[in-house]
Amino acid sequence: LQALHRILKAKTRRSKRFLQSRQPKLTEDQKSSMIIRGGNTSQTVSQALKDVYALKKPNAVLYKRKNMVRPFDDSTALEFFSKKSDCSLFLFGSHNKKRPNNLIFGRMFDFHVLDMFELGIERFVSLRDVKTDTCPEGTKPLLVFAGELFETDREHQRLRSLLTDFFCGPRVSAVRLAGLEHVLHFTALEGKIYMRSYKVLLKKSGCRTPRIQLQDMGPSFDFVMRRNHMASDDLYKTAHRQPRGVKPKKKKNISHDAFGTRLGRLHMQKQDLDKLQTRKMKGLRKRRGEQTAETAAAAAKAPRTDE
Amino acid sequence: MWGRKPRCVIRTKMASCSFEDVLAKAERDEAEKLKGITVSKELDLEFDPGNLLAFDKNRIDTREFKDCKREDFLRSLARDNTQLLINEMWKLPTERVEEVIVAKLPDPTTLLPREKPAPKPKPPTKWEQFAKLKGIQKKKKTNLVWDEVHKEWRRRWGYKRAKDDTKEWLIEVPENADPNEDQFNKRNKAKKERVARNEYNRLKNIARAQKIKVPGMGLAPTPRQSKAELAQAVNVAKISTASVGKFQDNLPKEKTPKNTGRKRKFQPLIGDFSSEKQKQLDLLKVMDSKKPRLDVTKAVNKQMREEDMESRHKNKKDFGKKGRRGKMSGKGKGKAGGKGKGPKGKGRKPQMKQGKR
Repeated sequence: LQALHRILKAKTRRSKRFLQSRQPKLTEDQKSSMIIRGGNTSQTVSQALKDVYALKKPNAVLYKRKNMVRPFDDSTALEFFSKKSDCSLFLFGSHNKKRPNNLIFGRMFDFHVLDMFELGIERFVSLRDVKTDTCPEGTKPLLVFAGELFETDREHQRLRSLLTDFFCGPRVSAVRLAGLEHVLHFTALEGKIYMRSYKVLLKKSGCRTPRIQLQDMGPSFDFVMRRNHMASDDLYKTAHRQPRGVKPKKKKNISHDAFGTRLGRLHMQKQDLDKLQTRKMKGLRKRRGEQTAETAAAAAKAPRTDE
Repeated sequence: MWGRKPRCVIRTKMASCSFEDVLAKAERDEAEKLKGITVSKELDLEFDPGNLLAFDKNRIDTREFKDCKREDFLRSLARDNTQLLINEMWKLPTERVEEVIVAKLPDPTTLLPREKPAPKPKPPTKWEQFAKLKGIQKKKKTNLVWDEVHKEWRRRWGYKRAKDDTKEWLIEVPENADPNEDQFNKRNKAKKERVARNEYNRLKNIARAQKIKVPGMGLAPTPRQSKAELAQAVNVAKISTASVGKFQDNLPKEKTPKNTGRKRKFQPLIGDFSSEKQKQLDLLKVMDSKKPRLDVTKAVNKQMREEDMESRHKNKKDFGKKGRRGKMSGKGKGKAGGKGKGPKGKGRKPQMKQGKR
């Protein structure tokens, strides 16, 4: 597809900019996600999709029409959508008798499915039902994962990585301390994942760091793990490969000792001690035909230094 | 006056309290201040401030996780974890940006997969190779050029450019040219040819970058073609059919060229044998290695073809079954019933249920 873009030259500057924004880059921008409805959706699923879209605006696309797609059987339709809308994360919602209130979280690498996790919604509280103030659109949320399952179980580890990828916002170099308002808390217990979203209230405490109080906000889900499709290990490794320009170059010759002082090594050339530049003493300057004076001066210098 | 006395008394009383008491009181005050923000946990959390991420590995007590108290339990757990994360965030270096205090985030430590594979560096074009060889540097040109005719600054190329060739209403006929030749037409044609050649070179650069084979130089359109080039063009045209020229008849006196196909190159018989030795050793190494050398495209194509064949067979079978079932309606049933009964009654082929032999 990229080769085709090069052969067909862009005719306007605007289209050229559009194509360049879709080319692979050294450091990538924020991943956008597409939120798709399946063949049959229940009220819960539709509302859940709308809530996640509200959380992920503006880097999300909500597909309004229903799409008869079965991601676990045939993912070519999803890959086509991702190519068209240049989205690498997707959320697919469907509902049928066998799998009620089904959400499939997934991500792509190079427009092919990397990981997919199917989660069933057992309990769902929508944004509309919780009538409190919400934080502004686009705030970077604090993410907290709780539960030892996220550490021990391989599937849960992958799910944790996927959820981080999905919900972490843009990559920023600095953040406003008062603006840390939104927190998403995931708890894993006995094959179920509880997702809660709270608004952070920073209260005065005696010292500089504030005391936290949480206020219920936003969608809360009780998920149950169903099927999944995890990428093979080498594909996963390939997806993580960073290009050369991104890794910061390690500065050589810097070491730290026990006290924390920074040390480095200086490599000197061999010095000719006869031609060393020392302090100039006018009295010692060589005058024409006065070699005895030199030796006398040398003798005179010696006692001086002894003093 | 007597009001002062109690003060003196108090002061002496204060002096009698020791320094240790004052220090202890100060410590207690500090502890109370920190009480608001300290959280005790069995295991420390793992933090990733770059991503605003915290991970709590502690065991969750299932007893506390009952239906009625679930929300409260989750909220208190979230509050504790968020407090620890906020404590971590407040430890980061801060700076003031336009009356707002901002904390500088370090690089994120959790590795997340990329969206697309890393961009590969493009191989240099023909001109870039030549420029590098000769040491030619790119010179930055000004956007606007002074146009003497219009006495103003005009752009170097594009709409309303400085020296516009196409807008000339008078072209001098050069001395050695044909007087009846249309000079304007000649200029237009030359421009079209330049555009076409530019496009051709651009595509050749792309093909070289992608390592795609394109037909050789002899087949490019040139005004005068030599005999050899014409012969080559004829041969290439002959094999450019769907069956690669198998059914193309020869002209009356034309001979089919026998030397087509890939030329095999052999190493010289005498001289340096190190390359041959190296090739043999490499061959042995490949045969000896545990990992097989896999040509990914071939393997994938093979797999896809197998899957296609399987699905085709499956569809054929299913279609056959469905067809028969679909057609068996009403009249079909009677006949099928009859047919079924017939062979069953009469001697059929003996079933495999032969028992032990």
